[in-house]
Amino acid sequence: MPTKLAEPTAQTAERLIDIDLTVNGKAEHFSIAPWVTLLDLLRERLDLTGTKKGCDHGQCGACTVLVDGKRVNSCLTLAVVRDGSEIQTIEGLSSGDTLHPMQQAFIDHDAFQCGYCTPGQICSAIGMLREGKADGRDAIRENMSGNLCRCGAYTNIADAIESVQGREDAR
Amino acid sequence: MATKLNDAPVGIGSSLSRVDGKLKVTGGARYAAEHPVADLLYGVVVSGAIAKGRVTKLHTEAAMAAPGVVEVVSHLNRPHIAWFDKAYQDQVAPPGSPFRAFYDAEIIYSGQPIALVVGRTFEDARHGASLVQVEYEIDEHETDFERSPEFKPKKTRDTFVEPKNRGDEAGAYAKAEHKVDVSYYLPTEHHNPMEMHATTVQWHGDGRITVYDKTQGSQNVQAYLVGVFGFAKKNVRVLNPYVGGGFGSGLRPQYQVYLATLAAKMLERSVRVVLTRQQMFSFTHRSECRHIIRLGANDDGALQSIYSKAVTPTSRFENYMEPIANWGGQAYRCDNATMDWALTAVDTYTPGDMRAPGAATGMTLFEMALDEMAYETGVDPLALRLTNYSDRDEMMDIPYTSKALREAYQEGAEAFGWSQREAAPRSMRDGSELVGWGMATGIWDAMFQKTTVRAKLSANGHLEVATAGSDIGTGTYTVMTQVAAGALGLPADQVSAVLGDSDLPPSPIEGGSWTAASTGAAVQIACDAVRVKLAKAAAKVDGNPLGGASVDDLRFEDGRMILAADPSKAVGYGEAMTAAGVSEIEATEAAAPGPLESIGEMLGVKKKAKNTHSAIYAEVKVDEELGVVRVTRIVCAVAAGRIVNPKTARSQILGGVVMGIGMALHEETLADHRIGRFMNHNFAEYHIPAHADVLDIDVIFVDEPDSEVSPLGIKGLGEIGIVGTAAAIGNAIFHATGKRVRSLPITIDKLLD
Repeated sequence: MPTKLAEPTAQTAERLIDIDLTVNGKAEHFSIAPWVTLLDLLRERLDLTGTKKGCDHGQCGACTVLVDGKRVNSCLTLAVVRDGSEIQTIEGLSSGDTLHPMQQAFIDHDAFQCGYCTPGQICSAIGMLREGKADGRDAIRENMSGNLCRCGAYTNIADAIESVQGREDAR
Repeated sequence: MATKLNDAPVGIGSSLSRVDGKLKVTGGARYAAEHPVADLLYGVVVSGAIAKGRVTKLHTEAAMAAPGVVEVVSHLNRPHIAWFDKAYQDQVAPPGSPFRAFYDAEIIYSGQPIALVVGRTFEDARHGASLVQVEYEIDEHETDFERSPEFKPKKTRDTFVEPKNRGDEAGAYAKAEHKVDVSYYLPTEHHNPMEMHATTVQWHGDGRITVYDKTQGSQNVQAYLVGVFGFAKKNVRVLNPYVGGGFGSGLRPQYQVYLATLAAKMLERSVRVVLTRQQMFSFTHRSECRHIIRLGANDDGALQSIYSKAVTPTSRFENYMEPIANWGGQAYRCDNATMDWALTAVDTYTPGDMRAPGAATGMTLFEMALDEMAYETGVDPLALRLTNYSDRDEMMDIPYTSKALREAYQEGAEAFGWSQREAAPRSMRDGSELVGWGMATGIWDAMFQKTTVRAKLSANGHLEVATAGSDIGTGTYTVMTQVAAGALGLPADQVSAVLGDSDLPPSPIEGGSWTAASTGAAVQIACDAVRVKLAKAAAKVDGNPLGGASVDDLRFEDGRMILAADPSKAVGYGEAMTAAGVSEIEATEAAAPGPLESIGEMLGVKKKAKNTHSAIYAEVKVDEELGVVRVTRIVCAVAAGRIVNPKTARSQILGGVVMGIGMALHEETLADHRIGRFMNHNFAEYHIPAHADVLDIDVIFVDEPDSEVSPLGIKGLGEIGIVGTAAAIGNAIFHATGKRVRSLPITIDKLLD
């Protein structure tokens, strides 16, 4: 019995929109389609592949970046709605050879294995410290639960965050 | 890759921080979809909507007319691919006829790729894919494995172990004072590494392709692409320097690499294909399992009989099987044991190896049944296991190269405080929560596979060790660095480990927990060969200060050869190489199981069993009214031979334990058998443990020297952490609630039922 699926929606004509972003301190201009996500923009147009795609549905947190200082799932963010924003990605956290304290803590506590969720975990951890929510181990676990790690490095990640949570320069 | 983290001398046993750590915390480590390639096209997969039948019409006109769409590749227009099954059978293919996407119009499982829309941008391709319409002719399907007839295929996988039975199980069971006769169930699970399967194929235009693939074996994929597409081997280079997790999903070449290569060949362009998270549920999975367990025991808990039968599904096109039923029969002393297995065929993709295939299912379910026997006899669960302890592999009736499980039981019990346990269910409480303590045993194989490593020492004192193998997060780069640094007396930052390139010396796929033992041994042997060449070069130094001493008379420290008998006499590596007129010293060596051992294992006359063991203790707290389970504490004591790096080794066990928590409480792929499809194909509905689910985990490595298991005494750790963990949690839940749930995961509905 042949099955016919629903008709597709009418084809949308391509329409480009101009936006300006500051990415890791650098001014960038883009003419992009409105359906380009911030995640795909970073990865495919700026070659900032440190920001990861793990589900494209806001379910795993691998794509977490800091937008105007706040942690955001970049896969659920259309780039055009962030026109004028300041974006910080994992590539923008260290200065030269000096790692951000959170990055160093992740290495010291072996807070990753495969490394794929790591940039999102680090950006999320920094965002959480800025929110002032890292009050004790339970709070860290609860407020980091949007970032999945299939290698199961959770206890080491919590150790890493705890080790720097009081430091002003870790925010 | 550069290693600039630690300049202290290291060797086996040091807790060197992961040498690829800096790249991973800065976003510098590039995974399969992240290698920049000029003039790249993007492919998005269109997945089939029926479980069985055929495509009768593929409407591609709207997609082709959409802006930026370059081509819709399907069975209708694909280029030539190989005819014979052999071309598609990779290193770990089970017996059968491997899946071939786009080969013809036939559909053999739900979610099967049926078209690839290729566009100038990812967005163009994704839009185009949404416009493809498909008409199907639908055949009857069956995806419920318990409604399909059982069978035993004549041909089994090379790694499968046929059960070896002993005594008279039925007779002993009939006479036993205490009996447990139960049926356990584990659902389908999906690997779900965080990196979705992806491939970037770079089309060079001169017949060569470079393929960045998410795989656990670069050379396995290379051989597959050569066989399927007819490329010359020298023209296909497969790279996987960083792999965002695998857990088995990348053991076999999966369809994203096939489709990206197919499109690249057809269009003569570079192509990238990234699967969606939904599509991550469309190519391999841990098979669900019905495990029938029947145990007989005396009053003192001594086992009189073991019966263990595992039934699992396979696909209609390949016969995949795991040794699930054997583990309890191997682990415990018992004169009468019968183990059995069967497959049933269903209309799904072929199941595949997922972290500790066989043991993670079979030992977990067996250990839950054994806990039932502990309650049946009134013997403490740990005491019961000690009563039935064996220093031999009871199934094969051979000794182990080592088995420090007794020590693991003891050290784990002490760390956990097991002696404080009140035996009766529902006897421990913390406020509104019921407290439960449970334990279980874990067992896994300690395997060793032939691996070749090239070591190259430059006159400036830099040492590179390289092999085609992979680091899927397991720490292979770090292990190689440590062994090499130790062998030649160099600081870690003067050593670089290179992996993930099919052009490098041969390595097997990264799996089975064999990589540290095998690659580590090969690094050691290659570095030993460099030492011999260095010693010879030292004899050419003016005045021959070392007097032609052989390697055995020398210490290799701080970049110098020092005469052991007279440490005032030393020659630097660079000095020796200059004298010998060489700018580098290179050696390529293979570590392999001995010839007698290989032949013996081939003939099935293994003399000694090689296994890792663990003792897992779990504490749960269960909300009495809501049924919410929290795993508040786990102690996992592991006997796994020599530990190369306590820091990364601990992480391996943590990871296995966390996946075990998922198996106990969360993970379950649910099928709608009416349409023959997995329904919960995303992270919102297929739950894996999150931060809030993982509290305290204590890892203990017990001392277990073993000179026989592998050249460096390493057993491997990638899988043992998951084996038995879910059983310890399930047993703790019974202790807390008095409710025995025989179907994993143990979700709230089952506890409140």
